[in-house]
Amino acid sequence: MANAFWCVVEDDRKGAPKKVMAEVIGEAARLSGGEVEAVWLTDKATDEGVKQLGEWGARKVWLLENAAFAPYRAEVWAPAIAELAKAQSPRAILAPVTSRQRELMARLAARLDVGLAADCMGLAMEGDRLIATRPVYAGKLLAKMAWAKTPWLATLRPNVFKPADAVPGRAAAVERPTASLPAAALKLVERREEVSTGLPELTEAEIVLSGGRGMKGPENYVILEELGGVIGAAVGASRAAVDAGWRPHRFQIGQTGRTISPKLYMGFGVSGAIQHLAGMRTSKVIVAINKDPEAPIFKIADYGIVADLFEVVPALTQEFKRLLEK
Amino acid sequence: MKILVLVKQVPDTATQVKIGANPKAIDTAGITWIVSPYDEFAVEEALRIKEKRGQADVVAVTLGPDRAKEALRSCLAMGCDRAIHLNDPAWAEADTLATAKALAAVVKQESPELVLTGRQAIDDDMGAVPAQVAELLGWPCAYWIMEEAVDGDGKTARTGRQVEGGLEIFDVPLPAVLSAQKGLNEPRYPTLKGIMGAKKKEIKDVKAGDLGLGAETPQLSVVALEALPPRPPGRIIQGDVPTAVKELVRSLREDAKAI
Ligand SMILES: Cc1cc2nc3c(=O)[nH]c(=O)nc-3n(C[C@H](O)[C@H](O)[C@H](O)COP(=O)(O)OP(=O)(O)OC[C@H]3O[C@@H](n4cnc5c(N)ncnc54)[C@H](O)[C@@H]3O)c2cc1C
Ligand SMILES: Nc1ncnc2c1ncn2[C@@H]1O[C@H](COP(=O)(O)O)[C@@H](O)[C@H]1O
Repeated sequence: MANAFWCVVEDDRKGAPKKVMAEVIGEAARLSGGEVEAVWLTDKATDEGVKQLGEWGARKVWLLENAAFAPYRAEVWAPAIAELAKAQSPRAILAPVTSRQRELMARLAARLDVGLAADCMGLAMEGDRLIATRPVYAGKLLAKMAWAKTPWLATLRPNVFKPADAVPGRAAAVERPTASLPAAALKLVERREEVSTGLPELTEAEIVLSGGRGMKGPENYVILEELGGVIGAAVGASRAAVDAGWRPHRFQIGQTGRTISPKLYMGFGVSGAIQHLAGMRTSKVIVAINKDPEAPIFKIADYGIVADLFEVVPALTQEFKRLLEK
Repeated sequence: MKILVLVKQVPDTATQVKIGANPKAIDTAGITWIVSPYDEFAVEEALRIKEKRGQADVVAVTLGPDRAKEALRSCLAMGCDRAIHLNDPAWAEADTLATAKALAAVVKQESPELVLTGRQAIDDDMGAVPAQVAELLGWPCAYWIMEEAVDGDGKTARTGRQVEGGLEIFDVPLPAVLSAQKGLNEPRYPTLKGIMGAKKKEIKDVKAGDLGLGAETPQLSVVALEALPPRPPGRIIQGDVPTAVKELVRSLREDAKAI
């Protein structure tokens, strides 16, 4: 269908689409009046995964299942999607912001000779054209942007768009197009899995706890992890904490780290430097715990407590435990 | 071995940016300009490769207006051998794809073994140019690299790229484009000698016509810049720690419905 909005599936590499796809599909449905199709490149899809896409609202799933799609390599993926897009002429191609979609969608845009709006926080139809709203200058301003022609390519920031409600029994038609696959250039040598903290991934988490220099040392992050365990939060850090070697870089929030947009951000011993705000200022609710009443983070916080974090964190853990046990 | 490093000049991270008289662009008055921080990791990596191999031709390349020459001077002061400045009114409206087309044309002319870039430029925050340059050249690309080692023959680079949930180690055949993530290295500061020496190094000016390119309609353009919606005023919760914590949890649950 030439008017369809496509959603490129980000999966968990185990055959299921990630939860963030509910947001992408939900937004695509809203913009297109339900003309949503999913494009899924994978070495192995599961029936439950396909079912999930249908329940979220994909009318069709273009399933490209081939061993060559794992591990992800843009030089194999981009031509496959481009070929299908040329044949089907979708109106838009949307994907969530992830490290691989950043690269894949950019390659695809070059291949199709169209624009890509990365990391959108808003999308809206104005008459016949799509307008993207995206943060620029590290989130200090918003830019409204428009494309010269279709397909409109965009990546969507997680946790910002309203997820589609799953409708049990709603099913997608499955098409298995053939794709010509170029030889892969990149050869995987090894995958180093991160030691799982048991907590959600930073960029996907609905609640993020962030520990700054006020944490005083790497050994103290256990108290944040304990609190995170109780409320299902990811634990991040400021650059000061990362540069001190207390946390690996993948946990850094900010301009030279991860950009997050959780429903709830809680900063502990974080001063709120402009480069830290760049990575978290679009969080829905911001809480700051800091000893210093003048700390700039209080300027953007919805709630603040001026106190020693080492007293506040254990008390919070207890209080949340009590609340959630009810 | 020849290495091209793509660098962009951007406002300093601490600069306040304001919308200009033309609402599609920022007011550039009073802005301090820097080399985009991720691009410094790329420059540093190129210089380390050169030092390890004993020799290499490290070329800093930028597309930008006259002021962007300063960014090239910083790269030369860090130790790059020469620089190329793509400076033409034809590129005034360039989006990432038009930028990538111009940069890919220079890469073709120079035919290096390696192109190093930053993960994203911290003004437009697109993170698109490296993949687009690679696509236009038909080269492989690895994003968000945090480790890199070029083999002795200069035929492949072993790279560790950051992905959700881990690090993937790949062998990438050269020529290739690699985009640098923080954590790859610690960029050096230019020495006084470096700064003095930079003045004598070559900066070649390139016009669109020199690359066989003309003005191009951007595929994506700014309709307008807008200020962030104001956040509602916050509230400092008073009282001793047990009282304040109770009230915070109650507010998060009942008022903000955040948990
Ligand atoms: C180019 C560039 C890029 C950058 N990118 C990033 C980035 O991506 N992310 C980032 O975070 N920063 C970044 N920075 C660094 C940034 O400018 C700040 O230096 C950094 O964010 C400060 O971290 P912090 O708030 O943890 O430390 P500090 O600024 O030292 O603040 C520590 C805070 O903890 C409070 N405190 C201390 N003890 C306690 C206690 N017991 N209880 C409660 N509060 C306590 C103090 O009052 C203070 O406010 C960047 C800087 C530059 C120049
Ligand atoms: N105008 C430019 N000149 C040179 N390199 C650029 C330019 N724009 C982007 N780049 C490179 O591409 C990377 C990603 O930029 P972007 O896609 O704009 O976020 C940057 O970190 C630079 O390495």
